[in-house]
Amino acid sequence: MSNKEWPLWEVFIRSKAGLDHKHVGSLHAADAAMALENARDLYTRRQEGVSIWVVESNNIHASDPSDADELFEPSKDKIYRHPTFYDLPIELKHM
Amino acid sequence: MDTQLLETQFQDKIDQDIRIEPKDWMPEDYRKTLIRQISQHAHSEIIGMLPEGNWITRAPSLRRKAVLMAKVQDEAGHGLYLYSAAETLGISRDQMMEQLLSGKAKYSSIFNYPTLSWADIGAVGWLVDGAAIMNQVPLCRTSYGPYARAMVRVCKEESFHQRQGYEILLMLSKGTDAQRHMLQEAFNRWWWPALMMFGPSDDNSPNTEKSMKWRIKRFTNDELRQKFVDVTVEQAKILGLTIPDPDLKWNEERGHYDFGEINWDEFWNVVKGNGPCNKERLETRQKAWDEGAWVREAAVNFAEKRKAKTIAA
Repeated sequence: MSNKEWPLWEVFIRSKAGLDHKHVGSLHAADAAMALENARDLYTRRQEGVSIWVVESNNIHASDPSDADELFEPSKDKIYRHPTFYDLPIELKHM
Repeated sequence: MDTQLLETQFQDKIDQDIRIEPKDWMPEDYRKTLIRQISQHAHSEIIGMLPEGNWITRAPSLRRKAVLMAKVQDEAGHGLYLYSAAETLGISRDQMMEQLLSGKAKYSSIFNYPTLSWADIGAVGWLVDGAAIMNQVPLCRTSYGPYARAMVRVCKEESFHQRQGYEILLMLSKGTDAQRHMLQEAFNRWWWPALMMFGPSDDNSPNTEKSMKWRIKRFTNDELRQKFVDVTVEQAKILGLTIPDPDLKWNEERGHYDFGEINWDEFWNVVKGNGPCNKERLETRQKAWDEGAWVREAAVNFAEKRKAKTIAA
């Protein structure tokens, strides 16, 4: 008897048309079709979604938390990327 | 980086209420504590299906049957959310299953009590789910991200469980003398075990201090138990119930109900495996696991075969 565990899948749900699919959790399934069926039973029992994506977890590549500084720190001092950085006269309209 | 520094940084994050995520550095003991707690929680959801599942065929109406099935299905879902959260800490689903079946991992002792009458199903929803909610709401803010997110989902779904239970009892409370008697009997059976669900008293709970420091827990066992007693006694009045505790009385000074001493011998006895249903519960799970083996295996073989075919084509 094989003792192989069913692979892990990440589940993404679109809660209604017009919105992004959002990660909601994970589950085990033998293949993609079963993962979709299980996701439907596990994550949409109360009309939480209109569309499901499943991705085998080992296909997800994630950034390393210890790289967080070098990845995300540089954008901290670039506040000129935000519209509120610019001090403009109050009488200026439609901008 | 040395461990001392990492630990300081870790505690700083906790103190600032920054959530810990799976790939972040964490003390080994934090990881172990969480694996124990989350897997125990998951097992409780799964074993918790058994005392209620056995009433699905005997539910008194189609409505009650549909509701009970939905509730039991939710419990399965809650178990699965929690197993997934535990897996992010590096333990596999099969390892957890093995620990449950071998008795190495515990589950909530409350599920080792039998559901003898239909009123027990109402009492389980009201008291057992009620106590669980009391425990789980603060866990929505627990320091480990995946656990907190699972708990948010669980808590959203749990509220109907308690309300449907209370509704069952409300109906009985307006029924015949025999029905009211059945209600009181069920309440007498579940009151004390429900209070035990909050775990040993604070001076006998060695993990509490550490769990509070790591913000896994945000309230102590005794704090949550007191809160449960205070709200539940009021709810019991609407049902016309007598609390099976001669020492229960309102304490004006404390602003809380005083209540009698819990039978801790009974508590530890059930934890150790000698409750009325411990053996039966594990045997049922073992049977389901064994009888499902061919399905698990066939699904893997089918998936592999199909994959091989796709690659060949």
